[in-house]
Order: sequence, then C-alpha cells, then structure tokens
Amino acid sequence: MLKTVIPFGPQHPVFPEPLHLKLVVEDEVITEVVPALGFVHRGLENLVHLRDFQQMIQVVERVCGICSMMHAMCFCQGIEDLMRIEVPPRSKLLRVIWSELHRIHSHLLWLGLFADSFGFESLFMQFWKIREKVLDINEATTGNRVIVSVNVVGGVRRDLSAEQMKWMLSNLAWAEDEILRLETTLLSDYTVQKRTIGKGVLPREKAFELGAVGPTARASGIAQDMRMLGYSALDQLDFEPVVETDGDCYARSRVRFHEVIQSIRLIRQAISKITEGEIRIKVKGRPEGETFSRIEQPRGELIYYIKANGTKNLDRLRIRTPTFANIPALLGMLPGMWLSDVPVVVLSIDPCISCTER
Amino acid sequence: MKAEVSSVSCDALVGEVARIKVEGYRFVTLSCAETDGNSVSILYHFDRDLALKHLRLSALKDKPIPSISPVYFAAFLVENEIQDLFGITFKGLVVDYKRTLYLEEEVKRTPFCTDTAVQTPAAEKTANPGPVET
Repeated sequence: MLKTVIPFGPQHPVFPEPLHLKLVVEDEVITEVVPALGFVHRGLENLVHLRDFQQMIQVVERVCGICSMMHAMCFCQGIEDLMRIEVPPRSKLLRVIWSELHRIHSHLLWLGLFADSFGFESLFMQFWKIREKVLDINEATTGNRVIVSVNVVGGVRRDLSAEQMKWMLSNLAWAEDEILRLETTLLSDYTVQKRTIGKGVLPREKAFELGAVGPTARASGIAQDMRMLGYSALDQLDFEPVVETDGDCYARSRVRFHEVIQSIRLIRQAISKITEGEIRIKVKGRPEGETFSRIEQPRGELIYYIKANGTKNLDRLRIRTPTFANIPALLGMLPGMWLSDVPVVVLSIDPCISCTER
Repeated sequence: MKAEVSSVSCDALVGEVARIKVEGYRFVTLSCAETDGNSVSILYHFDRDLALKHLRLSALKDKPIPSISPVYFAAFLVENEIQDLFGITFKGLVVDYKRTLYLEEEVKRTPFCTDTAVQTPAAEKTANPGPVET
C-alpha cells in the first residue's frame, strides 16, 4: 500500500496551541507518527540566572495559565524543602483549595474542548458555563480569574474569610449539580460513545512502558496520582485516585469527569478542616542543595528539579511537565487509528504546549 | 534529595537502567545541569509505587553518552531536549532530531550553557535586538 505523509498542525482547529505531528498513513489509517516541537519554546528555566528565587515564582506561574497555581505551588514546595521551612497548617489547606479549584476549571475546559473536537458544541458551552462560575470564585478570592498568584515561599499571600468559604461552598454545590446533570449526556450519549469508545487505546502495560502520567495513565488502569504522596495538606484528607481500565478516549473522559466531582469534595473536606492561624511565615536565608518536588497537575505528574548554591539565584531549574511525559504515550495511541479520529485522540491526553515548551 | 541517589559511569549506564526496568520502575525524566565549562551532571529519575530512585552520571560535554531510549522509549524526547540545550550527544537515540527539537538547524549555540552569554537585567534594557547569533 502506498504511504502518504500528512502534516497535522502546528495550526489546526482542535489545537489551541502549536504542535506538529507528521502522520504516515496507508489509505486513511495511521501507521507512524513523528512529533515536532519548538514552535513556541521560551527557555523559561534559564531565567534562574537573571531572576532570584523569589521572583521566579512569578515566572513559573506563567509557564502555563491553566495550571499556574500548581507550578508556583510545586516550585515553592521545592524551595521550602531546601530551606527546611514548615509552612503553617492553614496555608497548606488553602493551597489545596486553590489547587483543586484549578483542577476543576482545567478539567471543565478540557471537557468542553473535547466535546467540541467531535462537534458537540452545545455540550462545550454547557461545560464552559460551569467553568465561568469557578473562575468567578478565583476572582472573588484572589483578585484574578486564572493566574491567581497566591503562593509565596513560606505559605500563601491571601486568606479566605468564613463568609468567602461559605459563598464558595454554595457556588460549588451549584457547579456539582450542573456537572452531574451533564453526566448522562457526556457518558451515555450515542454519538459521544461512537467517537470515543475503542479510540486511541493505550493498554496498561504500554502506558507504563511509555511513561504515561495523570488521567492518561489512570484511564489505562494505573492507580498513580501524586496526591497520594500527601503533599501540602492532602495527607489529612480522604483521597483515592479515579481509575478506569479501558485505556481509550472514553475512559480518559470518564476519569476527568469524575475527578471534577472528586476535587469539589476535596475542597469541602479542606474547608471543614481549616482552623484559624498564620498563612505565611517570614523566610530568611537562601536555598542550598538540590531537591525534586512533585505534585499532581490537572494533566498529571509535575516535577521541579531545583539545584541551589546558597545565593539568591538558583543554579538550575528543570521543569518536567505532564504533557511532555504523555507525548510518547500519544505516539503509542495513534497507529491503527483512522485519520478522522486523530483530533479526538490527540485531545484526549489534554495536550498543553505552553507547559511542554516552557 | 530524600531519595536514593547512586552514581553511575557511562559504560555501566545502559545495563544499570535495564536492571532498574526489570525491577519494575517507571521512567520519570532526566535532569541535566552544567557542573563547569566542560562537564555536566545528568540525573536519571525512576519511580516505583511513588518511591523515587535516581542515578547520577557525570560526563564530559564533548564525549557522547549512551542513550537509554532503546531501554525506555519515553526517554528519547528528554535526551533530544538535552542535546539541544546543552550540546551533548546521545549515542543510539531511537529518534534523533540532531539538535532540531527546539532549535533551528543553523543554530550552533548551546542555550543553557555558560559559554553562551547570558544577558543581565541591565544589559536587557539597553540591548539592541539584533539578529540572533548563530
């Protein structure tokens, strides 16, 4: 059979950001995929030589807008580890609340985009309507809708009043009802199932072999979620990762859908356990040594390797983002797929090119 | 780091990584840092049941390093990234972009090494944004 090479991206209707895939097809079936990156690589890691470790918080928050809170949290957690700082208990719970709000709005964004990728625009609008409410909560509690900038080394810079928490809970109750109302449409609709079941299958062994992380790994039966490490205040909360076993696009959407509900419940738990107290401690000194900080971003395991030399500037900052880890897994999903399924399969890993090209 | 870090030589690297894979570890990533003008330190990170294991390889920049991508395919992307940013060569890469993953073909600089001039904030303000040095 004659082989044809089809360029997919970097500009494509399903990609909010530039990613290029060179698709080798026989008839209309994918046989091989080669990714190409580097369209928007910024080299942010190297800014450690120009910005001190406190200023770097603002830099890492801008690696990616959608999970900016998680980037700053992971970075601060690493610096706090190097400086042997124990952050106040209240700030740990506040970090959990804002990070789970980020997970909710990121997953809702993805659920909308995913529906849009197979032409279900009214479902896209329904998910994004709910996401607006979560962004309203961010704005009311931090002053910003997306880049919330709450993390500092030693805690958080903003607190939540009892009234704000009560208001947040009532809004999240509305969001939970609305999300559950969409469950049947997303998970039982004939068209959705037809476009997602059996598409982009990644068996458990292959997912492990290719280093898949986050919902992509969990949809393939790997119960791996960095929240199980109990970072921040997660060790005080009841948490079990959401796991599916089919490893297809449908399983990945099920995982993300149920993780939205799980995050709302984690916020409720965190608010019920919060006590009065300090939200940040004064930090003295400079970091020295090396550390490896990990947290669970909406898209999976986020890693910050930090090497410090006792000066205000770090020696090295290396950021391993979940999409970077999931690209090899994507290469394992596409062979055997029809060309028309490529947008759905690619979106199913929730690719974030801002993170990848940090 | 609160995890096991063992040193490994270039010759023993692939064998050691293959042994780690047999033990059931997931490949996490590589972290490369320049130690001086001529050498780098590369950390190989692996995870099993949320417990990390690290291998540390000290290597000269001008000497090729064996690629672990034949053992863990997922390593090809980060090895290509290190080739681009630090100018190191990995021998036996399963997909070799030959320093074009992020960079254009004509770029000879190694952006994350100190032999490439780093602009200071003061210099940034006055710098004339001329053509990119190649």
